[in-house]
Amino acid sequence: MTVGVLLFPGTNCEQDVVEAIRALGGAADIVWHGDRHLATDIDAVVVPGGFAHGDYLRTGAIARFSPIMTAVQEFAAEGGAVLGICNGFQILCESGMLPGALQKNRGLKFLCTTSEIRVDAGGTAATAAIVPGTVLHLPINHFEGCYTCSDDTLDELRADERVVFRYVCNPNGSRDDIAGVCSAGRNVVGLMPHPERASHELLGSVDGNAVWSSLLKSVAQAAPRPTPARLSTDAGTPTERHAP
Amino acid sequence: MRFDVLVEVRLRAGIADPQGATIERSLPTLGYDGVRQVRVGKAIRFALDAADEAAARAEVAEMCDRFLTNPVIEDAVVTVEASS
Repeated sequence: MTVGVLLFPGTNCEQDVVEAIRALGGAADIVWHGDRHLATDIDAVVVPGGFAHGDYLRTGAIARFSPIMTAVQEFAAEGGAVLGICNGFQILCESGMLPGALQKNRGLKFLCTTSEIRVDAGGTAATAAIVPGTVLHLPINHFEGCYTCSDDTLDELRADERVVFRYVCNPNGSRDDIAGVCSAGRNVVGLMPHPERASHELLGSVDGNAVWSSLLKSVAQAAPRPTPARLSTDAGTPTERHAP
Repeated sequence: MRFDVLVEVRLRAGIADPQGATIERSLPTLGYDGVRQVRVGKAIRFALDAADEAAARAEVAEMCDRFLTNPVIEDAVVTVEASS
């Protein structure tokens, strides 16, 4: 049972994620973006923060075409847990695995601070071990974290309790104070705050460990992956974006 | 045939544009008082080899949908001209 942590050119939070998972007794390995398959022992995928492919064109716009993303989309479609953090959240939105988009912060400032994040939905890959209503102190570090979506998408997210995280005090203009959302299957979660940067007392907060414990718990509860299904040799064409 | 292509990527109507709003607030301080409705976008120019203009336009439309724009928040105005 291993968490695969994706590494794109420009990713810079992957080692922090690996350390946070290992500190809780989990196993984690780096997965290169140019790989076409996820190893069969991988039971969860983290898309960490950074500046994948330099954020050229738009954040996540190029990363979503990296070869590994086809395998990640298949993995998610089969119910596999996928967690995108910051730039990883942007990549998951660009790839159509999560609804909406992240725009420049409303104040046009790069935000680097600790924020209060309320967990508003349990039972997701990132909140399976957290009681809804819990407030976590988590660092945010982003310029493009203003969550935007259509009215219809917002209605759907609210009705299905798919707004997983909300800012207690909205720092970036995100719609409905949204800091993180999940897929309809609740196995794909994206959030702007960085739980890996709040995973040790030396870092000032251990609140992020609730997220990592949740991920490990959801992996433990999931059925083992069938071995042959993931070994298709077809790299496949990038799947089309589904506008929400 | 070779075509000169200009793709102007715009934020969709109703999508907030903090950069445009900041520019709109700044211009009056420089004495330009009549400016309204500032929107910031991107211009992407390239040359494209295609059989004819219709084929070029179809290919650019597909590029916009798959890659050059994020349809959740952006759309594009495309100009295609035969290269001289």
